[in-house]
Amino acid sequence: MRSDVTGYELSAPLNLQAVLTQIASEPGRHALLAGGTELMVALNTGRLGSRSLISIQHLRELRFIRVTADAVVIGAGTTFTDIRRNETIARELPMLVQAASWTGSIANQNRGTLGGNICNASPAADTPPALLAYNASVTLVSVRGERTVPYSKFHLGYKTTVMEPDEILYSVSVPRAYDGWRQYIRKVGTRNAQAISKTALAGMALIHESQIQEIRIGAASLADRPLRCVGAEESVRGRSLAEGDLDKTVRLGRAALAAEAKPIDDIRSTAMYRTAVAANLLEEFLRQLSS
Amino acid sequence: MNSKVQLTVNGEQHRIDVPPMKRLLDVLREDLHLTGTKEGCGEGECGACAVLMNGELVNSCLVPALQANGSRLCTIEGVSTEGRLHPIQQCFLEKGGAQCGICTPGMILATHYLLDKHPTPTLEQIQEGLAGNLCRCTGYMRIFEAVQKAAEAQHAF
Amino acid sequence: MAEHHNILGTSPLRKEGRAKVLGQAKYVDDLSLPGMWHGATVRSAIARGRIRAIHFAPGIDWSGFAIVRASDIPGENTIVHLTKDHPCLAAKEVNHPEEPILLLAHREKAALLAGVAGVRIEYDERPGVFTIEESEQAVANNDVARIIWEGSEYGGTANCFKQYVLYSGEASETEDGLAAAFGGADYIVEGEYHTGAQEQLYIEPNGVIATCEKDERGNVTSVCVQGSMQCPYYLVHALTLIFKLPEEKCRVIQTETGGAFGGKEDFPSVIGSHAALLAMKSGHPVKMVYDRAEDMAATTKRHPSRTRHRTAVSKDGTLLGCEIEIALDGGAYATLSPVVLSRATIHAPGPYKWPFVRVRAKAMATNLPPHGAFRGFGAPQSLFALERHMDKVARVVGFTPEEFRRRNFLVTGDRTATGQLLTDPVDMQHLMTRALNESDYHAKLARFAEENRGSAIKRGMGIAAFMHGSGFTGSGERRLNSLVQVELLPDGRPQILVSSTEFGQGTNTILCQVAAQTLRVPYEQVVIAQPDTRMVPNSGPTVASRTAMIVGKLVERASTQLLEMLRVDGGLPLNHTPEQFMKAGTAYLDKHGSLRCAARYEPVRPVEWDDELFHGDAYPAYAWAVYVAEVAVDLNTYSASVTRFDAVQEVGRIMHPVLAKGQIEGGVAQAIGYALYEKCVWKDGRMMNNQMTNYIMPTSADLPEIHVHFEEVPCVHGPGGAKGIGELPMDGPAPAILNAIENATGLSFDSIPLLPEDIFEKVSGFTDREHGGSRELDPDRQGEFLPEVNA
Repeated sequence: MRSDVTGYELSAPLNLQAVLTQIASEPGRHALLAGGTELMVALNTGRLGSRSLISIQHLRELRFIRVTADAVVIGAGTTFTDIRRNETIARELPMLVQAASWTGSIANQNRGTLGGNICNASPAADTPPALLAYNASVTLVSVRGERTVPYSKFHLGYKTTVMEPDEILYSVSVPRAYDGWRQYIRKVGTRNAQAISKTALAGMALIHESQIQEIRIGAASLADRPLRCVGAEESVRGRSLAEGDLDKTVRLGRAALAAEAKPIDDIRSTAMYRTAVAANLLEEFLRQLSS
Repeated sequence: MNSKVQLTVNGEQHRIDVPPMKRLLDVLREDLHLTGTKEGCGEGECGACAVLMNGELVNSCLVPALQANGSRLCTIEGVSTEGRLHPIQQCFLEKGGAQCGICTPGMILATHYLLDKHPTPTLEQIQEGLAGNLCRCTGYMRIFEAVQKAAEAQHAF
Repeated sequence: MAEHHNILGTSPLRKEGRAKVLGQAKYVDDLSLPGMWHGATVRSAIARGRIRAIHFAPGIDWSGFAIVRASDIPGENTIVHLTKDHPCLAAKEVNHPEEPILLLAHREKAALLAGVAGVRIEYDERPGVFTIEESEQAVANNDVARIIWEGSEYGGTANCFKQYVLYSGEASETEDGLAAAFGGADYIVEGEYHTGAQEQLYIEPNGVIATCEKDERGNVTSVCVQGSMQCPYYLVHALTLIFKLPEEKCRVIQTETGGAFGGKEDFPSVIGSHAALLAMKSGHPVKMVYDRAEDMAATTKRHPSRTRHRTAVSKDGTLLGCEIEIALDGGAYATLSPVVLSRATIHAPGPYKWPFVRVRAKAMATNLPPHGAFRGFGAPQSLFALERHMDKVARVVGFTPEEFRRRNFLVTGDRTATGQLLTDPVDMQHLMTRALNESDYHAKLARFAEENRGSAIKRGMGIAAFMHGSGFTGSGERRLNSLVQVELLPDGRPQILVSSTEFGQGTNTILCQVAAQTLRVPYEQVVIAQPDTRMVPNSGPTVASRTAMIVGKLVERASTQLLEMLRVDGGLPLNHTPEQFMKAGTAYLDKHGSLRCAARYEPVRPVEWDDELFHGDAYPAYAWAVYVAEVAVDLNTYSASVTRFDAVQEVGRIMHPVLAKGQIEGGVAQAIGYALYEKCVWKDGRMMNNQMTNYIMPTSADLPEIHVHFEEVPCVHGPGGAKGIGELPMDGPAPAILNAIENATGLSFDSIPLLPEDIFEKVSGFTDREHGGSRELDPDRQGEFLPEVNA
């Protein structure tokens, strides 16, 4: 334990409005603490830069799953366990359930939140690939009001997002538009459970008569942020998965992904490995689509 | 500035005055002198610090005291009743599920939680349920058998 | 007539198990003493250099701290094992990252964070060496600046802690024989094999609490250290030098220990000395418990190794001779490296008949934290090399892995490479047959060959055959001269007094079983004392797979003596009942006040061993094994996983089936980690992945079903015929797994840990330069998962 806990402030304002007011009055001063599965690790390892924290873990306003005609809306304070237990999500957004089940251990899934996973903005985070493939949008709130941003535009760079200092991530919305779409998600980590992603790929595709009508691909650890692989998508959109054409489609997709991916060597894996595996996962996805 | 935190631990109410960012693990061990919950890594990786908070399994090294305010906690000390071993504890004992014992409290709580959600778990469910509790001694085989036996024992009631 | 009393061979409940499942077992961090302070260590930030200056930051109330420097040490500034090169605290020079320089104690644990951060040390850096090769090169090039260890009277030379040569016969005769063998061989097969460091990763980190008594003039009169450890008397010995006190004034108590695996064999001498020095300086009891990051970065690991094989073999598959060269990376100080090297050397030829053997072995110095004991202690390294090499030789000569081994196994009546006559029965043929049957080896080989054709998942089977010597090498047990006592408590219950420690492997349980069986009383009635050196004799260290066999036998003898005393002078009849035992005991105690019987080690058979020539009876007994690994390699992710494991071993006598199974399963799990997951990522001698997030240990979701099968051929040395089993399971899995991966994929790997990145590198065909393999991991980029959060 490498921090002196007496040097930190943590408050738990009663409701969302109170939190918004506080962070508006002192923008950038406070870090928001939800489930603690990231920030408390930072505290334990002596790397928690922010001395003042605001707990939002208790805010019921942030922990919900609402199903409308068009969308599934998930509050930012929803835990991974909440996601895994929700019948609608299990039925309609299986990639998100899968991603939630890969995030840490059961104990950490009980505490970790969707909002925390997104806002921590790690390129290795487990839910972003699925959210990118699902074309999710995120709603941000502040005392100034609310705004909704496509999730694909949310990440600006390494650990930087479009969020203003006085904003909180309120909810994530996924369209209920995927009847008939094929889905694929796979994570490659350092081991089978409780592992940081070396790379992960989430894919959605609408196939009509062996042709890829529409396709979306999200990936982890291939860039400084969760990556929507538009280059790979473009290379195979409209292409044929029929027996004679499949190999070519796969080749194009692989090449495009390899060109677009800019992973790094780090302490867990290497750039070349990540690129190669991501390309293999894409191939696996495409071949599954053809069968 | 300390915060007043109220906790119900193993059925007993406690009121303490602690820094709000103090880890629940340290609150249990230092303020409440319940040393059954262990620290193995301080990163939420090993599960030795696992407790039940409002019925959910959590790693107490990652919970700040303020967030535990008003919560109902179950630690290893609360698993047995009046010195009588819980079936899970008895099965761990009989099947050799505890070797050095340091992972055992967390492992037993994770088992408790697992069997609550899956009373007759498959081996895969056991593996998943315990994947957040690292054991360096056993290779997990005796633990799996202990969990399977405990499932049968509890199911018999 | 009382029933035949049968406890050995059954599985009574673990002696301290109830406390463990209740969470009531007290590990050192659960304990507190009144007025206790906390201790911390200020450590070197560089790998090698001179300490130029030490600055204490202003703004910290240093008067609240006790500070210990090397100059405060009353006795010798050394952590003694075999040599005195290892300082307790660095005085002028540092030789590895994390080397202890200063110690701080404070009443408040949190104050230590600021304290340690507030000590700024200036260094004059010197060049370091960080691998075996760099260390060797420095010697070869006479690069004086990179000679980091000067040599010692204990048989060390520049940069080399120790060297051994093992010849299977007389030196020049063996050299002639080798020359002839290689000259006339149909095949000569060479190979080079590497193993990496491995962290023991006991879930309870190192920790101790120390107290110190002083006289009116402030001189230390006694010290007491309690804590997590394997060998209380090792720490006693260390303290006698640090404090210039006799043994009786250095009391050491082992607390409940949460895993050790060798990582708490020699290291407690360091942390125990440190805490005791702080207790001395502060005038308070001092607790020192490492957090995970410190424990991983600063304490001992398994020795990395490089082994080269050169084998002469005939076309009918007969081994004709071998030249083996072993190099271990010992880290910055000698510590136990000579002993690890010795075991690596003796095990290097394995369970095979070699007409001529030469093994040359050396332990090199590097500027890494000293490496130390870890389950297997040199044998996993050399047996990895051997068993990978045997598959290679088999392939070259045109035999299957099974057939080739069968042609060359040692049998009863053969002599080992050290010339030891195998009088105890050994039947490797049978173990091989059984292992292949249990694992369905042949059927699966055929099936996988078929199924692999159309699949991205390649499956395969691999074998390893090996043995592990129980007990200390040669005359080591005689030197240890272990003493065991069994006494009667006032209530008539027997109590065992040993310094052998429990850390999960079952010491308490099996020794109580032995006593219960011998004394013919219920297991529940037997007590074993907490290892407190004030109370228990030195039964030797709890290492080397010796506890069941050597110490168990002594417990049996002491118990037998106790029975004799009661028969002679307590009125205990033959074929007594437990009630009669208690009655005779209390009668004896009424008459004489106390009853304590002692047994001191005596070799059951004469042991002839030459330390210089590595010749004779290396170990009193061997356990023999054949292991089979079944693997799946996913060529989409380049990951290999073990899908089933069969471990067949002959171990003398199973004292406790559940414990024995647990030992093998746990050892196999650690060895799977050694082979496929656990990589230490170094930068300039510092372990950079010193957190559980980044040092990858298998979880329950990563390990296969481990099937354990025992054979028993009782041996004379252990109680009931038991041999040691604690380390055996560490030796076989890694080579079996890599053999299986070769079977599955056709790709040959000779280095562990084998990560997916390494498999990728080979599959993608880069052979000339490193490309994407695990050597390219960047230790500086810990990045996103160690969050650096700004407000």
